[in-house]
Amino acid sequence: MNTEFLGIVASFAITLLIAIPLGKYLAKMFAGEKVWTDFMKPLENGLFKISGINPNEPMNWKQFLKAMMIINMIWLAYGFFVLIYQDKLPLNPDGNPGMTPDLAFNTIISFVVNCNLQHYSGESGVTYLTQHIIMMFLMFTSAAVGIAAAVGLFKAFRDKTTTNIGNFWEYFVKSITRLLLPLSVIVALILAFNGTPSSYAGKDQFISMQGDTVNVSRGPAAQMIAIKHLGTNGGGWFGANSAHPLENPSYLTNMVEIISQMIIPMAMILAFGYFVRRKKLGWVIFAMMTVGMLMLMIPTLVSETGGSSAIAKMGVQQATGAMEGKEVRIGPMATGYWSTLTTIVSTGSVNGMHDSTMPLTGAWQLLGMMINGFFGGCGVGILNYFIYLIIAVFISGLMVGRTPEFLGHKVEAREVKIAALITLLSPFLILAGTAIAAFIFTNFGNADWAVKPANWLNNPGFHGFSEMLYEFTSANANNGSGFEGLGDNNIFWNVGTGIVLILGRFLPIIGPVAIAGLLAQKKYVPESAGTLRTDTFTFGVMTLAVILVLNALSYFPALALGPLAEYFSMAH
Amino acid sequence: MKTLAQSIKLTLALTVLLCGIYPVIIAFAGKLSKGQGNGETVVVNGKIVGYAALGQKFDQPQYFSSRPSAVGYNAAGSAGSNKGPSNPDYLKEVNNRIDTLLKYNPGIKRSDIPADLVTASGSGLDPDISPDAARLQVKRVAAKRGLSEQQVAALVESHIQKPLMGLFGPATVNVLELNIALNNLKK
Repeated sequence: MNTEFLGIVASFAITLLIAIPLGKYLAKMFAGEKVWTDFMKPLENGLFKISGINPNEPMNWKQFLKAMMIINMIWLAYGFFVLIYQDKLPLNPDGNPGMTPDLAFNTIISFVVNCNLQHYSGESGVTYLTQHIIMMFLMFTSAAVGIAAAVGLFKAFRDKTTTNIGNFWEYFVKSITRLLLPLSVIVALILAFNGTPSSYAGKDQFISMQGDTVNVSRGPAAQMIAIKHLGTNGGGWFGANSAHPLENPSYLTNMVEIISQMIIPMAMILAFGYFVRRKKLGWVIFAMMTVGMLMLMIPTLVSETGGSSAIAKMGVQQATGAMEGKEVRIGPMATGYWSTLTTIVSTGSVNGMHDSTMPLTGAWQLLGMMINGFFGGCGVGILNYFIYLIIAVFISGLMVGRTPEFLGHKVEAREVKIAALITLLSPFLILAGTAIAAFIFTNFGNADWAVKPANWLNNPGFHGFSEMLYEFTSANANNGSGFEGLGDNNIFWNVGTGIVLILGRFLPIIGPVAIAGLLAQKKYVPESAGTLRTDTFTFGVMTLAVILVLNALSYFPALALGPLAEYFSMAH
Repeated sequence: MKTLAQSIKLTLALTVLLCGIYPVIIAFAGKLSKGQGNGETVVVNGKIVGYAALGQKFDQPQYFSSRPSAVGYNAAGSAGSNKGPSNPDYLKEVNNRIDTLLKYNPGIKRSDIPADLVTASGSGLDPDISPDAARLQVKRVAAKRGLSEQQVAALVESHIQKPLMGLFGPATVNVLELNIALNNLKK
């Protein structure tokens, strides 16, 4: 059998082997049961003591969200100024400049919200200090915020009726000390011993075999690349992200990186089932997400390994598939596999350039981010899926004439309204953003910005439209990958996507946690023959259908104008 | 107000842990790796001629060529071309690269050319080419250097890196390693 195919099968198998026990562990650990990482307790107590936090203090959903929002706002304000003045701060061996205010605005929001849309290049746009105290710091903490919010939702459904959804600080800190940090140490060591730089040495220079003088950017990259994947962040140390041979030196590191970005999103789904003592519910959701993932992945693999029809016409061989924007050591199969996973789990790291993938691949990448609920980002994936669940509960309740209930709590008008608003938010942000961009591109091409709107696009025609659509989709999904040909470091894209990023992050966290908090306060209704059970396979399929219908209705016209039109224009 | 103070203190404490202790421990451990954590270099006659992981520009005919690069193999930065599959200028460029290959490699047909040799890589620093891309250039390189084709072909075959554990991923040829070995080849 073909070794490229075996490579992705092995990657998926190893991911499952790690994610399943990890899910059980997370449920136990967040429930406060005895686990082997209890040796971290003194470190956690130290952190709580320094910060004056009592981790045992119960919180209702409003207090929980308030704590979450305040610490996020502090990171936004502080990070903004550090990025602007990074040139005057230490640890800048390459002498890189400070950021412009609009770029700093975009960058800090992007990292606080776990997106890592990078409108700068790692080699020349940031310093070793900011890569550490802003980028890497937020990679840990933004992932931990997402996980903590999800665990708050879990807690709401663990007890029959409660106002206590747990302590935000406890979940937040434990996500770091008992999950992200230990795993990062392991992954960073694997990378460091397989060719990724880990020291603080600055740029190097050498004379190549042909006599060219070459500069080489380096730095402590292994540390950041580990958490960039584990925390589903995706921001690269180098501009080319995980396509860069120092960021992803071999097929082995490629497997490690693709596995590490999937394990926590997968584990969180199973952890939900175990935590609320409904193992089956976790597995049904897991199965539906896997089906959704395969629906996007299989056509992606077909179109990438099939190669480019335009290049096929030139008569050259594409034995393994389309190679533009791809690396030989990774190959089209593993690049296609990665492109599906990075767009569904909102990592946004890339091991090949998405802008150069085949037209239909682009459509699946976009759709993965638009749905944003097949496994999804650290913690937030299950929150997004929960919104779809509530909508599915409501619709199926109406269809069979039963009161909509979820895990013993009646779902009423208020909860459904919140869920509906969150569902509508994504298409609104993505489509309105893209429409404004297209309007400016066509009508104000000569506006005097850092990049003139007329020069935004790297490709003409339908593909150019896809570049704009992709940027807003990626921002709303907090994904961070891009059709990187887009000239995005200018005031429109920096501010526009900055606003979408912040709304696309916090409302879809606040919404589900609020719904969970509201439901948990209600009287517990024991299950009876009249209950619409949510942990059945039938209900799982219903949820999947709701997801597909909602997203097809919202996005089909936009997809038709971009990748689908490009596909059909190339096909004839 | 209380939450604000807690947030600030927790941020500072976590900064020490995550941005001080964690990366420095890894940096120390990395000193034990092959390149001491600075990236592994390739040394010929006591001189650094490149980085093991990074591709470099080879366009002179006596060397095996590396892939096209959007950054000209300058590793101070990195990028792909980001050209879309339907972009007419891009397709013209690929066609030109094919013509150039045909011109400098007499005796080859279009259908012999593997796509990786006429498309730009994702990073612009791809160190590898496919085994077919190396085999394609044997004739030209042998002629330029006055070596026998068999000799050069054998060198290429011995430099094919098998998939991981023989099972996972593509086979590759590291262009820098191959060209260094080529320089050491005696007539």
